[in-house]
Amino acid sequence: MEKVIYVNETDAQRKPLLPSASSSVMSGLRLTAGVPLKDRDDSVLASAAGAPVKHTSRPIVTGSSVIAMRCKDGVVMATDTLASYGSLARFRQISRLYKATDHCVIGGGGDMSDFFELCETVRKETTLEYCYDDGHMITASAIHQMLARIMYNRRNKMDPYWNYMLVAGWQHGKPVLGYVDLVGSHFVSEVIATGYGEYLGLPLLRKAYREDITVEEGKKVLQQILTVLFYRDARTIDRIQIACVTEKGVEISEPTKLETEWSYKAFISGARASDVSTW
Amino acid sequence: MSILQPNASVRGLPNADPRVASSGFKLGEHHDPYDPLDVAHPAAPLSRHFHPYEDNGGTVLSVSGGDYTIVASDTRLGSGYSVPTRYVSRVIKLTDKAVLASSGMHTDIAILHKVLRIRLTQYRHRHRKEMSLEAISQLLSTILYYRRFQPYYTFNVLGGIDENGQGWSYGYDAIGSHEKVRAVCSGSGQYLLQPVLDNQVEFRQMAADPTRKELQLEPCVELVKDAFTSTCERDIYTGDLVEICRITAKGVEMEKFELRAD
Repeated sequence: MEKVIYVNETDAQRKPLLPSASSSVMSGLRLTAGVPLKDRDDSVLASAAGAPVKHTSRPIVTGSSVIAMRCKDGVVMATDTLASYGSLARFRQISRLYKATDHCVIGGGGDMSDFFELCETVRKETTLEYCYDDGHMITASAIHQMLARIMYNRRNKMDPYWNYMLVAGWQHGKPVLGYVDLVGSHFVSEVIATGYGEYLGLPLLRKAYREDITVEEGKKVLQQILTVLFYRDARTIDRIQIACVTEKGVEISEPTKLETEWSYKAFISGARASDVSTW
Repeated sequence: MSILQPNASVRGLPNADPRVASSGFKLGEHHDPYDPLDVAHPAAPLSRHFHPYEDNGGTVLSVSGGDYTIVASDTRLGSGYSVPTRYVSRVIKLTDKAVLASSGMHTDIAILHKVLRIRLTQYRHRHRKEMSLEAISQLLSTILYYRRFQPYYTFNVLGGIDENGQGWSYGYDAIGSHEKVRAVCSGSGQYLLQPVLDNQVEFRQMAADPTRKELQLEPCVELVKDAFTSTCERDIYTGDLVEICRITAKGVEMEKFELRAD
């Protein structure tokens, strides 16, 4: 006989939760992420019957900035490899870049488990496309739009995927670079940065950008910006990955260590109010 | 706003614990009881609620003369004190005689424009003609009110030419209330722009002058450019570029005009 779970004693006398909901429950704790859609809808129904619904109300294991630049001959995108648990540098060798297709790469910040789930959703779609075997593959802007719709749908349910993502690709002989976030905001632009990168990196990206900048130059710019971020963003590590999407396809570098320079005067003596610059 | 407060975190990162925060700030200072991002309150739990809404700013306007309407919007996308991108289009050509411009939350604008485009296509297929300006103005109101209790955070102006060839503008609030006027604007620069339009287009607060005539199309475009240039001097959410649509019997023409980008 199936065990029926009750919300509390008063509810126990009144209404058992839906049987289908209880069948997938092993403990009293239910997580929303990873639960099949049907069960998630059940949890909404259960909430109407008085049970609390568990949503992602804050990010737990987080990734910091993602930065990217659209170049003449492709797109470059870079992240560090850290996933923090609050202020703890918990996972130091996580890749926050996902190769979605031969000509599309996704970079994610925010909650990492949400990001990996989204990557799985994208993988399901690209696998389906692969199975059609018709020589076509979903384009980067289609993936960008799909992610925007998923994110917007979840924000409408007040159950967001807590992420900031960049989508880079090469399609119809042109580079594309787009942004999506947890409320569904999305746009395309020549330079984009998320997280602390938006404050510290975006001005540098805009300064470095030219219409005829090449991927090779772009990679160097991103590396410099990640160094700047490493100096000031406390949720960053000095190990980075750079992805590059060109006509030839996606190339994601192995994690490489950033070269840092700590002998600057302000780093040694500390910045004081009387200094001309605190930088 | 909480963005400059002690312990306020960057969106997407967990908050610093106010109890172990370094000295330099007096906790509880500048406390805003209505701000859920304000973690300085000792009784507040150490978590943040999810905010489904965000204001991305932007200013939109629509001005109508006898046989024309001008619809314009700037292209800056603002978020907090940053400008994530300088070019997003907020105007959409609905038919050859109607253009919509929206400010507010960018993601809601995107979906609202999508919904409208779908509804107008369905109408075109069903009735073998374009929807009239008057009908579009009512449709937009209905679509907005449909989401009365989780509104599209958008502030729209609709402009175009009606079935008699007369130019008209419509101003909306987020939940579908609307009015039919000669000149209207909406968004973050509304309070800077609207008095200028009232005075220069509708001749409010002016002495009666029998020789005065209604503005013609080109002088009116110049007025719109000046108005936007002035607005972006004082409103940080307006700037970068203005897209100006002229709607006449000939159709819709779009012009781009640069604003300051700082």
